[in-house]
Amino acid sequence: MNYDIIVIGGGHAGCEAAHATSVLGHKTALITSNISNIADMPCNPSIGGTAKGIVVREIDALGGLMGKVADKSHIQLKMLNNSKPAVRSLRAQADKITYPKIMLEELQKLSNLEIIEGMAKSIVVKNSKIAGIELENGKKYFCNALILTTGTYLKSKILIGNEVKESGPHGEKTSNFLSESFKSLGFEMLRLKTGTPQRIEKSSINFNKVKAEEGDKTHWSFSFDTTPIYDVNKQEKCYITYTTKDTHKIITDNLKKSAMYSGNIKGTGTRYCPSIEDKIVRFADKERHQLFLEPESIYYNDIYLQGFSTSMPYDVQDKMVKSLPGLENAKILKYAYAIEYDAINPLQLKLSLESKLIENLFTAGQINGTSGYEEAASQGLIAGINSSRKLTNKEPFILKRNEAYIGVLIDDLVTKGTLEPYRLLTSRAEFRLILRHDNADLRLREYGYKIGLIDNKRYNKLIEKKANINDLIYQLKNNKISKTNIPEELLKKLEYKTLNTGYTLYEFATRPEIKLNDYLKTNILENKWSPEIIETVEFQIKYEGYIAKTYKEVEKMLKLENKKIPKDINYDNIKNIASEAKEKLKKVRPLNIAQASRISGVNPVDISLLAIYLKKEYNKNE
Amino acid sequence: MDSTICAVSTALGNGAISIIRCSGAEAIKIVNSVFLGKNLEQVPSHTIHYGFITYQNEKVDEVLVSIMRSPKTFTTEDIVEINSHGGIATTNKILEVLLASGCILAEAGEFTKRAFLNGRIDLLEAEAVGDLIVSETESSRKLAINQITGSLSNKINNIRQKLISLQANIEVNIDYPEYDDVLVITEDILKPTLINIIEELQHLLIDSKNGKIIKNGIDVAIIGQPNVGKSSILNDLLEENKAIVTNIPGTTRDIVEGKIFLNGIILNIVDTAGLRLTNDQVEKIGVEKSKDISKTADLIIYVIDNTTEKISVDLQNLQNLGDKPVIVFINKDDIKTKLDINKLKDYQVIFGNTINEFGLEKLKTKIIEIFNLEKIETKDFSYLSSARQVSLVSKALMVIEESLNNLNMGISIDLISIDLQNCYELLGEIIGETYKEDLLDELFSKFCLGK
Repeated sequence: MNYDIIVIGGGHAGCEAAHATSVLGHKTALITSNISNIADMPCNPSIGGTAKGIVVREIDALGGLMGKVADKSHIQLKMLNNSKPAVRSLRAQADKITYPKIMLEELQKLSNLEIIEGMAKSIVVKNSKIAGIELENGKKYFCNALILTTGTYLKSKILIGNEVKESGPHGEKTSNFLSESFKSLGFEMLRLKTGTPQRIEKSSINFNKVKAEEGDKTHWSFSFDTTPIYDVNKQEKCYITYTTKDTHKIITDNLKKSAMYSGNIKGTGTRYCPSIEDKIVRFADKERHQLFLEPESIYYNDIYLQGFSTSMPYDVQDKMVKSLPGLENAKILKYAYAIEYDAINPLQLKLSLESKLIENLFTAGQINGTSGYEEAASQGLIAGINSSRKLTNKEPFILKRNEAYIGVLIDDLVTKGTLEPYRLLTSRAEFRLILRHDNADLRLREYGYKIGLIDNKRYNKLIEKKANINDLIYQLKNNKISKTNIPEELLKKLEYKTLNTGYTLYEFATRPEIKLNDYLKTNILENKWSPEIIETVEFQIKYEGYIAKTYKEVEKMLKLENKKIPKDINYDNIKNIASEAKEKLKKVRPLNIAQASRISGVNPVDISLLAIYLKKEYNKNE
Repeated sequence: MDSTICAVSTALGNGAISIIRCSGAEAIKIVNSVFLGKNLEQVPSHTIHYGFITYQNEKVDEVLVSIMRSPKTFTTEDIVEINSHGGIATTNKILEVLLASGCILAEAGEFTKRAFLNGRIDLLEAEAVGDLIVSETESSRKLAINQITGSLSNKINNIRQKLISLQANIEVNIDYPEYDDVLVITEDILKPTLINIIEELQHLLIDSKNGKIIKNGIDVAIIGQPNVGKSSILNDLLEENKAIVTNIPGTTRDIVEGKIFLNGIILNIVDTAGLRLTNDQVEKIGVEKSKDISKTADLIIYVIDNTTEKISVDLQNLQNLGDKPVIVFINKDDIKTKLDINKLKDYQVIFGNTINEFGLEKLKTKIIEIFNLEKIETKDFSYLSSARQVSLVSKALMVIEESLNNLNMGISIDLISIDLQNCYELLGEIIGETYKEDLLDELFSKFCLGK
């Protein structure tokens, strides 16, 4: 069979990739080992979180599926950091039954997409260019571009105590051959480790002993196209409990039985998602560790015990869980395990997520060394877009660090590489002030439209929003404050004795204690602005100074990004450059000076020498 | 577009002239904005012009300015060279004026670097100069680090450590808002820490003034009305006849300088034209210059003639000096007193005369007292040694003061963290360190987080 594009793997990256290529008009096949596991959530029952929630907004702005599907399947929704305007981020408890079901329905609507069950065995390459894929059953499928989103299934091993099983998550079959196929093609493989905690039967938990955490009473949505209608009062609760001295003693006494500490695990784990034994060893002074009890679905009774991931044997896990307040009689439905798997070294990728080794081969998600559904989905979307652009001879779509968290994620991966499963954090984004929840559509929807994933109807909504924002700003700048547009209660509350009416409404709003909402409702202006518009405008007014500072920094970076490095550069010809820097540059092959300067081990002096060399070799006639 | 850079191109010291060079697209515009004379933006390339550098309507120095337009210049950018009178105080003042008007202080070797990056130097020369650039930046970096060994770099590191701990904690609060067992950095925690950092940065700057005293000495200006004996005092201090001393009021029309050592510290003593209204053009410039000098000096010796009856003009002049350290020297005490000493009771007053040099020792003792010269350790003393370092610390201080101000105004901590980061980076520039990676390490070595 022949396809334009084949996607291997039906996880969060694979779904977004296949959706994008299908919508963009390519005959696409999504090959997965088990159709019923499409968009499965083998770990946390949640979508979003700090930084990640903004990524979901970005995916939506560009025309991806994750936000839309999450909006239809969440059982609890919260705005994290609501009082910190630059870093607000949505987090949802997503129903583990509903989310994959709706995702599958979305994919089945796509006329260009065919979903095929099968295990990939090896990639077919002709003249360093992708030709197709061979399955373990011997069948061959041919394609012009291939997107690999195989998650943790490459040579994966599940470890519980001293038990080692060759298996993917959920007891799925692991793919041993594909990893070998990669190695033979010159890929460097990383060995990574992650883990998942126990699932506890809901009815066995004593909820009187744990603290309930409710969803927000305000309506939210990930997608810019969702009008939220869910009942805010009927959300599922999460709960908080803590480890005890007993828990710590049980773990310390049995440390050698843990796969992590017995030497069974070779892979590098993540600091962002450590096992409980790791936490107790590394933070011996800490008296207790916070744990979250999260519902997985309204259709079954599993409660996910966030924070308690471990590779201890079953009997020790039983004791550990029972030492937790509220879980004294807990019944474990699924035991925690550690999983070790192969990933490719992301330094061998281009910023487009195309392989540097094999033309038209793209990879996305955990195979690239990341962790997290959102990180995976965003890469899937970018790989989908770029495989399409490659086949239609268009420039790759690369988001810059000042444009999106997705840009930060991919640039970090491809430029710095990773030694542990990579997780997005707001602190990784140097320009996070302008990469916000509220402005993801303003930043990215235009791109989605130009690429072809956003239709006219959705694009027009953006145009309208922009117009409304400008209109509001215009009105605020052109109306002076007066007793008619500033409510009296507000003045009293602010203890303003007199109102200096020389100020415009815009200037008045620059004061931190003033909220636009306080006077937009009763002022002379019509009350026609949505909360989203007010939020964006208010942020711009209040933090103008900080935003200006950020743009200055952005400008510095962009200037260096414009200093391109030719693809044919021979780093051996640059004299005096440090040898470590030379090796790194050869491997990463940065596209421009800015990217080069972010490579660890490349010093400012090396960058100067590189810039000088470029000037000398390539701009002779300028 | 590249920024416009400036630097002193001649060795800082007491040469006859010093040259300050500016390069960049805005060079002519910026210099023109502080230049009193022809409109430099309209003069032809490669010409020299006479005028004054002014700042906030005050003349800083009389200068000659060379205008060289792109591309036929050393860096291929527009270049302006300002020939000013030598002397550290004046040269630095001009540099400060340019920095305040939009120039950025050039890094070591930056003019050469620009010349090179802009292709000014041809291909054959390129490799040789490439080596030079490396050595320049490397050695200047090493030099900078060596200069701030010991206590200063410790001090900066301590401040940075405080900043990074705070920042790591704030980042954890932001990235893991659901954890209730991590200390939440609130305004109440942040404020005292910021105040403490502000104090420490201020100390660094105060120390830098001591450092400046050790390195550059104390600038002392002798001022007063005409013919009260200013030049004689200078001569006595210098023990040589450098200033022209006559009994005709207004003899010193220009500035006369000399140096003496006091407890191992250099005193740069400047004798000035007497302060009076005059119609003589040359003298007028001298009088103006006297006023300028009294502004840049670290110490003023104000001389009053013992035989003056009415000292209201002197009192006015003294008041105009603001809170600068002043010693009032009552000259000619060998002649009968006519002035009312009570009117000077707010000032440190010394009586003396230049005939038998009585009072000069007391003057020196007073200077030692005012500047604590007995306590300044000239050995093993660490200080911010370059304008670059002082400017970075000043900027860092400004950023933190602003962030404290913003915090008081109710700006939330996720924004304040931008200021903390900025401050951390500025201080890091002094000791040549980078930011991002150590923050993440700090974050995860200190806090236990994750699912």
